[in-house]
Amino acid sequence: MTVHSFQEHFDSLIDRELTIEPRDWMPDDYRKTLIRQISQHAHSEIVGMLPEGNWITRAPSLRRKAVLLAKVQDEAGHGLYLYSAAETLGVTRDELYDQLHTGKAKYSSIFNYPTLTWADMGAIGWLVDGAAIMNQVPLCRTSYGPYARAMVRVCKEESFHQRQGFEIMLTLSKGTEIQKKLAQDAFNRWWWPSLMMFGPPDAESPHTEQSVRWRIKRLTNDELRQKFVDVTVEQAKVLGLEVPDKDLKWNEERGHFDFGAINWDEFWNVVKGNGPCNKQRLETRKKAWEDGKWVRDAAMAHAEKRKAKKDAVKAA
Amino acid sequence: MTQEINKTNKSEWPLWEVFIRSKVGLDHKHAGSLHAADAEMAIENARDVYTRRMEGVSIWVVESKFIHASDPGESESLYDPANDKIYRHPTFYNLPDEVKYM
Ligand SMILES: [Fe+2]
Ligand SMILES: [Fe+2]
Repeated sequence: MTVHSFQEHFDSLIDRELTIEPRDWMPDDYRKTLIRQISQHAHSEIVGMLPEGNWITRAPSLRRKAVLLAKVQDEAGHGLYLYSAAETLGVTRDELYDQLHTGKAKYSSIFNYPTLTWADMGAIGWLVDGAAIMNQVPLCRTSYGPYARAMVRVCKEESFHQRQGFEIMLTLSKGTEIQKKLAQDAFNRWWWPSLMMFGPPDAESPHTEQSVRWRIKRLTNDELRQKFVDVTVEQAKVLGLEVPDKDLKWNEERGHFDFGAINWDEFWNVVKGNGPCNKQRLETRKKAWEDGKWVRDAAMAHAEKRKAKKDAVKAA
Repeated sequence: MTQEINKTNKSEWPLWEVFIRSKVGLDHKHAGSLHAADAEMAIENARDVYTRRMEGVSIWVVESKFIHASDPGESESLYDPANDKIYRHPTFYNLPDEVKYM
């Protein structure tokens, strides 16, 4: 086949809503864009463990502790599914880690905000995992097979994450005056960064069209953000909490909530590395990797030694 | 390709493909991949990564470099021999209506 007919075959798979598999021919840009998108997503799952890990030892009950531990463990799993999917595109795990540790690769900027109180565990599960689900569900039908299959697994596990967060918020908002205040305060701090999770407005995201064409993005940033606002505002009513946006208003004509302007300067500032926790997150992550080196080396040495012993027995 | 990767990443644990039997009586199905130092660790990691919610009753692992795959570019010629043999399907045969259970 010529490159031209390869391209035609690829386009026809895309048009017929079929999947592209690792050994299929694909355009270079498709491969590059996917590696970037999937690895960014994987890094977000891994770094995303840090803000919540911060509260595992201080969870208010054994039940909450077991739940939070299970949730954080799931996030590690999500990172691993996604790294494996990226590796099928011809990049190695070490290269991916290296890109994260040198700051070459990005992760979701939401994880650069601090978790100040226990209520933040509620707000993260409810809002951050909620926004992540909104983003991820359409990706279960993305064009790259290994990515789509990883997302199916991720989405199945995510729904408990959001529910446990909402449950924390509900308990706090029905609790004492102070507890309710904690819940509202966490809501106030996490609301806007959660809206930013969907990425810059459509008008400023030049690659959207190509990504939608390739089915590695199925809805635009603004469409997802609107969907998130519409469902979350209703959930806030159940909690009896106030959405921290004075411009929030139901728009009868559009059939959606209008909401206030997002502070994109803040967003870009955090993306550039100047958020409250960027430095700390990256340092923690690098330290974990470096401190774990002797364990990785020892495991490899042990495996090789055992294999040599087995081979010697066989030879004898 | 795998060999090339191993050369440039001496420290990286080998890659394994994981196959899981989800229920007694079903066959093992590809679940994904992971890195591990040896087969034993690969099975333990597979348990933690792919069966946290009782998704499996049996796990197979095989080092990815031992998997050989057909070439998607050649699938046309590879499957061509089966193309024109419709007589391999039961619907090819016409039976009188009186014949039941066949
Ligand atoms: Fe996740
Ligand atoms: Fe999650």
